[in-house]
Formats: sequence, C-alpha cells, structure tokens
Amino acid sequence: MSSVRVLVGTRKGAFVLNSDGKRDNWDVSGPFFGGWEIYHVKGSPVDPNRIYVSQTSGWFGQIIQRSNDGGKTWEVPGGAPPPGPGGMPAGQSNKFAYDISAQTGKPLTTHQWYDGTQHPWEFKRVWHIEPSVDNPDTIYAGVEDAAMFRSTDGGNTWHELAGLRATQGDKWSPGAGGMGLHTILIDPNNPKRMFIAISAAGAFRTDDGGNNWKPITKGLNSNFLPNPTAEIGHCVHRIAMHKDKPNTLYMQKHWDVMRTDDAGENWHEISGNLPTDFGFPIDVHAHEPETIYVVPIKSDGEHYPPEGKLRVYRSRTGGNQWEPLTNGLPQKDCYVNILRDAMSVDSLEDCGIYFGTTGGQVYCSPDGGDNWKAIVHDLPAVLSVEVQTLK
Amino acid sequence: MIRVILPQHLRTLANVTEREVLVDVARPVTVKSILDAIENNFPVLRGTIRDHGTLKHRPMLRFFACEEDLTHDSPDKALPEKIATGAEPFFIVGAIAGG
Repeated sequence: MSSVRVLVGTRKGAFVLNSDGKRDNWDVSGPFFGGWEIYHVKGSPVDPNRIYVSQTSGWFGQIIQRSNDGGKTWEVPGGAPPPGPGGMPAGQSNKFAYDISAQTGKPLTTHQWYDGTQHPWEFKRVWHIEPSVDNPDTIYAGVEDAAMFRSTDGGNTWHELAGLRATQGDKWSPGAGGMGLHTILIDPNNPKRMFIAISAAGAFRTDDGGNNWKPITKGLNSNFLPNPTAEIGHCVHRIAMHKDKPNTLYMQKHWDVMRTDDAGENWHEISGNLPTDFGFPIDVHAHEPETIYVVPIKSDGEHYPPEGKLRVYRSRTGGNQWEPLTNGLPQKDCYVNILRDAMSVDSLEDCGIYFGTTGGQVYCSPDGGDNWKAIVHDLPAVLSVEVQTLK
Repeated sequence: MIRVILPQHLRTLANVTEREVLVDVARPVTVKSILDAIENNFPVLRGTIRDHGTLKHRPMLRFFACEEDLTHDSPDKALPEKIATGAEPFFIVGAIAGG
C-alpha cells in the first residue's frame, strides 16, 4: 500500500510526518535540528530517501543537511573528517559564494533597497532546495540575497548560476521577508528549462540549464512600482506547475492570481471571485492540471485570513471561478498565515492537499480539499511543507 | 592544549558532547589560530563562526577570555598567557538577542 511522508520546516526545527495511504493516523518525528530555522526540506523525485534540508540561523549561518534513509539519519555533506590519515575535507558544503570569476561569474553589483537606493549584495540563507528530476546528486538552491546555486555532488559543493543575477539584478529589491529566490520549477520534459521567482524582482526563465535567463513578467501589474508594468520589480509570491502541462504556470503575486499558457511569455489574471487576491502559496492538483488551490489573505498589511476564517479556495476551471473549502478548518478567530513554501500535494489517487500555518498547524485533506483535518496542532511556525508519495 | 567552549548549537552540529573542546595550537595563540584549529578539527563548523570568504566573524557571535571581550580585537593579536597554557578557556558565545 502506498504511504505519504510530509516534510515540515519550522522556525525551530524540522519534523517528519508519516502515514499510510488513508492519511488518517500519523506518526510524528522530530524536531530535527532543534532551535534552527528550517526554511525548506525536500526529497529527490529520483530517490525519495535522499532528502535535503536548509538549516539556517542568524547566529551561525547556513547549513545543508542530507539524509540517505528517508530522514532517519542526517549528515552535513562533506562535513566529516575523512577516515584514516590524510588532509582535512574541504568543508565546502555550506559555502555559498557568489561567482564573480572571469570565466563563469558576473560582477557582484548592488541591488535596490526598500527606499530605492542601492545596497550591497550579501548571502544570508537558502530559502528553497529543488532536487533535479533526473539525478539525486544534482540539486538547486534558491538563496537570499537572490541567486541560484547548483550542486552536482550531493550538496558537497555549490556553484552559482551567475547569469541570473546578471539579469538586471541591480533593479531587484527585497520584499518584506528579504530578497529571496523562493521558487524553482523544473520542466520535467526538458530539465534545461527552469522557472524561478524572486521577491521582489519577478519571475525568470532559463532554456539552457541556467546559463542565460529572461524575465517573464509580461502581463503583470504592480501598483507599488513607478511603472506598474515594468519588466523587473514585481513581488511574485509563488509559481506552480502541473507536470503534464509544463507551459501552463499559475502565480500568486503580492496581489493578483495569474496564469500563463505559454511558459511565461504572457500572463493574465484569474483572481475571479476570490474574496481577496493577496496570498502566498498556490498549488495544483496532482491529477487535474486545471484544479488549483490558493489561501487568500486579507491584505499586504494584514497577513491573516479575511474575517478570521481559514479558507482554502479551489478552482476546477484553471482560475476565475473559485469555491471556498472550509470543512474541518477553523471558521472563527483564526489569524494565522500560510507562507509561500508551506503548501504541497501528494499523488495518491484521491489527491491529498497539505498546508502549514504560522500557528504551527499542519492540515491535510485526503480528498482534494473537500475535508480537512489537522495532523499536528502545535508545532513552531511552519515555514515549508513538502509531501512525498511512497510506493 | 587550548580549551574552547562552544555554543550549544555548534556542539550539536559538531557532534561534541562535552561543553569544552581541546585543540592544539602553535604559539603565538590568537583568535585566528584558535578558529583555524577549530575548523580543522570540526570541518562542519566552517562558515558557522566566521564567513567562508571574508573570514570575518559572524555579527552575532562574540569571543571572551579571562573576563575580557576580545570580539573586536585583531584576530592576530596574541591572547593572554592563561589561554595559551590552558589555565583559562576561550569562549565562543552567541550574542543575546530576544527576550
């Protein structure tokens, strides 16, 4: 029988939630890396037991952790001394250095600060880890200040794909949470094509594996910009893709829910009848490419659900027509937020939908959103949720 | 041997159970030479105390020894004899932040 493993990153550690395919009874393990901020935990689609973690701290910097046994044990890639006599390991596994080399790099410029002045570019943390679709040792990392790194040796060493930062990076600016690269989507049919999103720079696409990038923001409209339809500067909160329709992307922007059907060349709004089109996560049903999910949040200044009612909204029409999903979710006095990396889906026949809140709940709907139940109620604030469907 | 007291999170990361670790450091003993020895003995700590590239200490860490704050001294300045002889430990401390 199939089972699911939910990987949860929180402000104070990581948790692993396991259940059989009924998704009714859960085993909770953790905290792993207690006391550290766990921005993201994600497994390889090629080898589900290979899991990567971004472990970060304002005191001690960035750590990458790796598991080869589905989260039972962990190691820092390249962090242990080698057995027997010999030199010490390079200890590069946590080293995220912007590539400014003449051969492959780009000069480290400044970027735009909140007040429009220029600000030094500095590495702070890894926001998002995206294992490749064809090799468990090849992984991508989206970092703050925004850049994309790749490792081809299981996280031992990292190299920046500096062409992205050179795509008008001096015009990028931080969102409220920092200037993080938070979304990486890989086209499963063409792994050289990838989409990324940065707050607040916008969305970008590469068609050559990360060497060259182009902004894909035509159709976006952001009133906080001097030119609301500028190519750069949009605060994209999240992008989602269905594997069967990789040219169709759904976007939750700072305001507006958007859609493209031509790999980002043109976007159009699909907010429709949503009570508010501000929010953070967006995701797609595992088996229905036109069924999408968002969690509306009252406003950019009030990061909680409207009316104190936690409602997931589902569209079965690829946008514009939305229905609230409330069964099992709190419908009074609820003022949590759902962060951009904190929603995921499983691929069981009855697609499960999952999300975590800043109040420490992780909710699961085993039937595509019709009914919800909290797996856990009292974790630290949830930063990320990923689901693995295990055969 | 130089006695170094690491913050809890770094002990966990380095898989060290004792509060105090010992490192062998040639004279003159300095902050830099102690940190070099720590990172050689515990490669997983590279980047956690000082930046990988610049080797500047992380802004929310401090260095104490013999009841003195050495955080902002030159990393190449010789440390007190009591540190060099192991009579007193060298503290790496996470700055207090929060309530």
